[in-house]
Amino acid sequence: MGSRQHVAMTGNEAVAHAMRQINPDVVAAYPITPQTDIVQFFSQFVADGMVKTEFVTVESEHSAMSATIGAAASGARAMTATSSQGLALMWEMLHIASGYRLPIVMPVVNRTLSGPINIHCDHSDTMGALTTGWIQLYSESAQEAYDNMIQAVRIAEHPDVRLPVMVCQDGFITSHGIESLEVLSDDEVAQFIGEYKPAYSVLDVDNPVTVGPLVLPDYLFEMKFQQAKAMEASRRVILEVGKEYARLTGREYGFLESYKLEDAERVIVVLSSTAGTTRAVVDELRRKGEKVGLLKPRVIRPFPASELRDALSHARAVAILDRAETFSTQGGPLFCEIRAAFYDAPKRPLMRNYIFGLGGRDVGTSQIESVFADLAEDVARGSVKTPVSYLDVRE
Amino acid sequence: MATLRELSRMPEVLVPGHRMCAGCGAPIVVRQVLRAAHAPVVVANATGCLEVSTTIYPFTSWQSPWIHTAFESAAASLSGVEAAYRSLKRQGKISQDIKFVAFGGDGGTYDIGLQSLSGALERGHKMVYVCYDNGAYMNTGIQRSSATPKGAETTTSPVGKVQPGKRGSRKDLTKIVAAHNIPYAAQVSPAHWNDLYAKAEKAFAADGPAFLNAIAPCPRGWRYDSSDTIELCRLAVDTCFWPLYEVENGKIRVTYKPKEKKPLVEFLKRQGRFNHLLRPGNEGLLEELQQEVDRQWEDLLAQSES
Repeated sequence: MGSRQHVAMTGNEAVAHAMRQINPDVVAAYPITPQTDIVQFFSQFVADGMVKTEFVTVESEHSAMSATIGAAASGARAMTATSSQGLALMWEMLHIASGYRLPIVMPVVNRTLSGPINIHCDHSDTMGALTTGWIQLYSESAQEAYDNMIQAVRIAEHPDVRLPVMVCQDGFITSHGIESLEVLSDDEVAQFIGEYKPAYSVLDVDNPVTVGPLVLPDYLFEMKFQQAKAMEASRRVILEVGKEYARLTGREYGFLESYKLEDAERVIVVLSSTAGTTRAVVDELRRKGEKVGLLKPRVIRPFPASELRDALSHARAVAILDRAETFSTQGGPLFCEIRAAFYDAPKRPLMRNYIFGLGGRDVGTSQIESVFADLAEDVARGSVKTPVSYLDVRE
Repeated sequence: MATLRELSRMPEVLVPGHRMCAGCGAPIVVRQVLRAAHAPVVVANATGCLEVSTTIYPFTSWQSPWIHTAFESAAASLSGVEAAYRSLKRQGKISQDIKFVAFGGDGGTYDIGLQSLSGALERGHKMVYVCYDNGAYMNTGIQRSSATPKGAETTTSPVGKVQPGKRGSRKDLTKIVAAHNIPYAAQVSPAHWNDLYAKAEKAFAADGPAFLNAIAPCPRGWRYDSSDTIELCRLAVDTCFWPLYEVENGKIRVTYKPKEKKPLVEFLKRQGRFNHLLRPGNEGLLEELQQEVDRQWEDLLAQSES
């Protein structure tokens, strides 16, 4: 497509469109609800000769990630896509992708993990992958999923980073909802992402490399240390790429997006599509004169601890909404990490946690309003009565 | 056909300095197979003895590019490498002709890697997959696999008061692979180096996936003197425990018929893992094993083209 245009697309279609424009050398993928559309759209691009991609129709997600790793280690720009059980089946290979420092970009359409089986949205899949060494970007809308895909390539491939990136969007809510969004022209994307310059390739037979050797206690620790350093370096790169993307599109991306936060006394922190619902409630309550706000993290790995502290320290009460359980009985994954980020902070707002929306349980404005109402009670009381609660569950 | 002198002068891909056990069949198989590539190769390795013993960081015994990802993923990872090769070659970014070969033990091939192998075969990647079959999980300390022969003692099929070693027959992986209708599949033995070399040449030349199943004795797991490896390979073939045959474009051909088929016990009695079968009371099991070998050999001959 020659020019920038406004289009109506589902989240999955927007991601597939981005993949076509990224035009990877290899895609190895396996279908799973609700990611399936991405694979189907991309298959058609391959069938119509619109991409240069070798499409490897693997027999499982384990092999999808294994083949993507093989392709990436061969100096190819390589991608896959998945959801839920697929991500779980990839588990051991996720660590190998990041441990081998391969800049793989993978859209993940968030869906709950079995059991029991359920195909709808929550974040138990990617929250379970927080320790796999992947950068994680979360998207509220099809536009953000598209924009994150394009930026993810640059972040992953940056020489100081060389880490894989998950681009997450909410299953069905975003993946199957049609939205209006702006897409770049093919040329703009090609220019923005540039040519991939791999650090090494197993196809370079004149300069043979041994990829994936046995590394014993004398060296493995240093490799993991370097990986942590790369994750640290990604913080700068994520911001640089976000600024460059803003110059191109007018849409700037950082670690967090705040909404009416400056003077907010009560704040909800939530990822992805539920931020949209929360924004509507913030507008409604602001009309009534209530000082409420929203903070939507875009990046969870690396974890933006100092940015969260800066953004939330002025608030009186904060509710962190987690679309995943840890079963620690101490709250969801976001809650635990955000609360830990405030341990050394001189000023700590009241903080409470809600587990919500598991297995696709719908979250509407009334539930979000009830959270703000609970926060008002906490503020009045000066303390949190229930640190961890379940939003809209039948007890 | 190359002579032994010619073969011995060919450049090595797997060079000395690695830490495979003396007498291990696996590196012998690797070195014989790779002589037939006649092109630069990229090697993939499943997790296992060969992988851990040849690449102890920061050292490597591999003179060609080599990749290991996980236990069950050698075929899948090599699929990705081969797909990248096709993509980059089509784009003019690579001009050389390169061959692709995976090595996996029986654990990584018969068991945990069977699905990814099957997927790669069905998709038609142009690669050679070599299973070095030593009949158990030797790397983790001799646990039974689906390649372990019936009656063999391993650490997870021990001989006890109520169990005479491994129960059940081994899987016929070569036939399973051949059922994917790939261009070439064969069984080989390093004792028959000329047969192995010819089959490896066919495998590398095949226009699609090819598979070699190589018997690879393990002195530790089979419990024999490490100088007897090639002798055991020969006995496996001469007793028809490990028939040499190929399946080329669907046609089965036995490539070596022993002049005199030796009794199975000649192969078994040389290995400590079968000691218990020779004790009084196990004659029935021994006879059963002989009958199974006989039946499979007769079946194979009946299916063979010549």
